[in-house]
Amino acid sequence: MNRAGERLYNGLIKENPTFVLMLGMCPTLAVTTSAINGLGMGLTTMVVLALSNAIISLLRNIIPDKVRIPAFIVIIASFVTLVQMLLQAYLPFLYDALGIYIPLIVVNCIILGRAEAYASKNPVIPSLFDGIGMGLGFSFALTCIGAVRELIGAGQLFGIRVMPASYVPVSIFIMAPGAFFVLAALTALQNKIKRAGEKKGKDMSKIQSGCSEDCMNCKESGCSHRFFGEDKKENENKEGEVK
Amino acid sequence: METCRDLLIILIGSSLVSNVVLSQFLGLCPFLGVSKKVETAAGMGTAVIFVITLASAVAGVIYRYVLTPLNITYLQTIVFILVIAALVQFVEMVLKKYMPSLYNALGVYLPLITTNCAVLGVALTNVQKSYGILTGVVNGFATSVGFTISIVILAGIREKMAYNDVPESFRGMPIVLITAGLMAIAFCGFSGLL
Repeated sequence: MNRAGERLYNGLIKENPTFVLMLGMCPTLAVTTSAINGLGMGLTTMVVLALSNAIISLLRNIIPDKVRIPAFIVIIASFVTLVQMLLQAYLPFLYDALGIYIPLIVVNCIILGRAEAYASKNPVIPSLFDGIGMGLGFSFALTCIGAVRELIGAGQLFGIRVMPASYVPVSIFIMAPGAFFVLAALTALQNKIKRAGEKKGKDMSKIQSGCSEDCMNCKESGCSHRFFGEDKKENENKEGEVK
Repeated sequence: METCRDLLIILIGSSLVSNVVLSQFLGLCPFLGVSKKVETAAGMGTAVIFVITLASAVAGVIYRYVLTPLNITYLQTIVFILVIAALVQFVEMVLKKYMPSLYNALGVYLPLITTNCAVLGVALTNVQKSYGILTGVVNGFATSVGFTISIVILAGIREKMAYNDVPESFRGMPIVLITAGLMAIAFCGFSGLL
């Protein structure tokens, strides 16, 4: 049980997918126009992440190594479809608010990244908790970003007005450009922390400078592109050995 | 009915007004990652135009003639992502064999596009807005042209910006994101077009 707790802590704080690893930036920017949308997106992703991690971990010894990426994608896409149908039936307001970003969870780097980096190598229970932890971390981050944008852009929090009546909302923050500005501030803060840590001689290599910076060089956190490239390299190496 | 006027509205709407990167946040990874030089950005843009136009045609045909008659439209997400992945691999092989010059120009970018969320996004939008096959292809083409316009502009700005003295914490990604934000404001100006 200790291991499960460690996984939750890891996902929520130590390797928070948004604040530390900078993964899955498309939905992060697109749906965080309000705190409630961010929370909804985060929890939806969490369900998909936990279930697909569990199933992939169950099947990890059956799936041949060469076709693992397509197999993972099919598993993930099935869960996304399931979750999409459930949302449409029971939470139609969230379904309408998130729109096309629900099916696009399939291509979220976080999910394939966790499947490859953790679930395909570890037993079921820790994988499940790894998914829940990462999902909680993602939900936490999206809710924070959503809350900041909603507070500045509309003067509200979770739809309730909190700013005094004299506050004039800076509506650009709930529009598209605001998302870029908030993320810019976030990455600048991350850079600052990283620099400060490096000066003190701490190991800061875990903090990524943003998957978005260069997907091809994304390290262990795993942007999906990497796997395709790596497969080729592996194959080339094997061919080289044969020769 | 698909009239020329509707197609023109889709063309302008998808490429400029609701720009795929700057207002829908799809395809951010290549937008931020491959925009250091105008030349590579243009290469990436061309490859994206090629793949998205082709993918929206193939996805449209599959949706209309396979998924709808069999009444399994709920499988669209799974089918589309597999079709797109297979299509990109196939295009890569065909280009390598028959059009080596084009392959040399686009080849590096093709594997990167497989998981680009813009490709899947366009295919799903076409279904969601119940576009016909022709309208879907036009929408795909317009969306990818919008992507190319914005990535080339960003690359141009980044080339100039390389000589500027940026505050330490803002070096790298943050300043690029601020640039993208300013571009998004500029693109908001197009919303008066329609």
